[in-house]
Amino acid sequence: MKYLISLLVGMLVGVAAFLALLYYNPLTSHNKLSPLSVTDNDLFTLNYSAVAADSLIYTNDGESRVAPYPAKVLQLWERPIRRSSIVATLLSDSRNQLVGLGIKLSSDSESTKPLNGELNMDSVWHIYLPGQGSLFIEQQENYWGYLRDIVIPAYWSSGDNWRGIWNGHITSGPGALGTSKVIGGSGRFGGLVTDGVESLAAKAFSVEHGPVAMTAEVMIELPRLGSEASPDP
Amino acid sequence: MFKTFIAGILLGIAAAAAALYFVPVVDQFREHSFIVVHANQGNTESFHVNVPMDRIMVGAPAQNNPIPAGLDWPDDEQFADTRAELFKLRNGKDAVVGIASRISASDDDSGDIIEWVLHLPARGSAYIGMRPEAAQGGHRMGELKSGTREFAALRGQVSERWVADQSGSDSAAAGRIEILTAFVGTEVESE
Repeated sequence: MKYLISLLVGMLVGVAAFLALLYYNPLTSHNKLSPLSVTDNDLFTLNYSAVAADSLIYTNDGESRVAPYPAKVLQLWERPIRRSSIVATLLSDSRNQLVGLGIKLSSDSESTKPLNGELNMDSVWHIYLPGQGSLFIEQQENYWGYLRDIVIPAYWSSGDNWRGIWNGHITSGPGALGTSKVIGGSGRFGGLVTDGVESLAAKAFSVEHGPVAMTAEVMIELPRLGSEASPDP
Repeated sequence: MFKTFIAGILLGIAAAAAALYFVPVVDQFREHSFIVVHANQGNTESFHVNVPMDRIMVGAPAQNNPIPAGLDWPDDEQFADTRAELFKLRNGKDAVVGIASRISASDDDSGDIIEWVLHLPARGSAYIGMRPEAAQGGHRMGELKSGTREFAALRGQVSERWVADQSGSDSAAAGRIEILTAFVGTEVESE
């Protein structure tokens, strides 16, 4: 009997040790340097608040940490869309001027691999900028760094919250350099195929409500004539 | 006993690693796809949106009863000709399979814009640009501009039309927006 108890306790310690190794694994630390930071091309940015209550609407399955907004918005409770979320938000430029509307449709990705430090979401942006045109952005996002640096410390905190300064880009693909694929739909973006990166700047997170003070930035590269977007892997 | 404890630790590490490696963390639920395969003409698939029950958002200026209730749509002049809608998307058997956004807008630089993004979590997303003018039979035609995952290697046409409900039942939808996709693989197209 004592051998069995010893084995079970050992296994629990082993699982805990493995999870600790996973959590502290330096090989899965997120890269804070944007792949677009070294480009020679022009960049333009679209900013929005990543707090659900600051959006036009935010909805999910209704049982997640972040509550749908407004309260009476239709929830995504059906099985095929239960692990999805929608945010419709206003977008501002780098001078904080309102420039357009963005709709982000996201789903948990089946490519998620915690062993590799990949907590992935498949998401697309549908963006309309009045007077400029429309854009479609395809991206895979990795929230591992966000989970490790913000969400888990918030759970460990006695106040069930996290405060600090965290900046990180969440786009991890499909571009070879960890960039999103941006497709121009109309207006001055018509025919455009280029790269983008989405990043988060978090200041406060609550276990009960999710992000409390967090902004996001979608950075898009405007290639010069004759240049191409980075190839897919 | 100490050796058993050490063996337990190794076993625990191996079990945790194996569980994370072999057990999928995310396994999206899949409804059956009802795709009709045409000889040498690609595949067609029908989706629809039941109105009003599948409407998640209708963003447009000067609405008396915004959807959802409490939506604070901007009264900024630049959105005067913009209408953004969000829907649940259903397959041919009336099962919800995804979510969709539709933006219609008009401005001097871009002209008239009508676009759809269909997002099916288990399959991928399709970005569709529609022609502003309606064709015969109330159809509006468009084309797949870009796609992700399952739709990435496809090209083709899309039509949308409004079908009013004729049943007269109080509980029935007012109608439905039908979206018919006709896609062909780019490998086939290039042959």
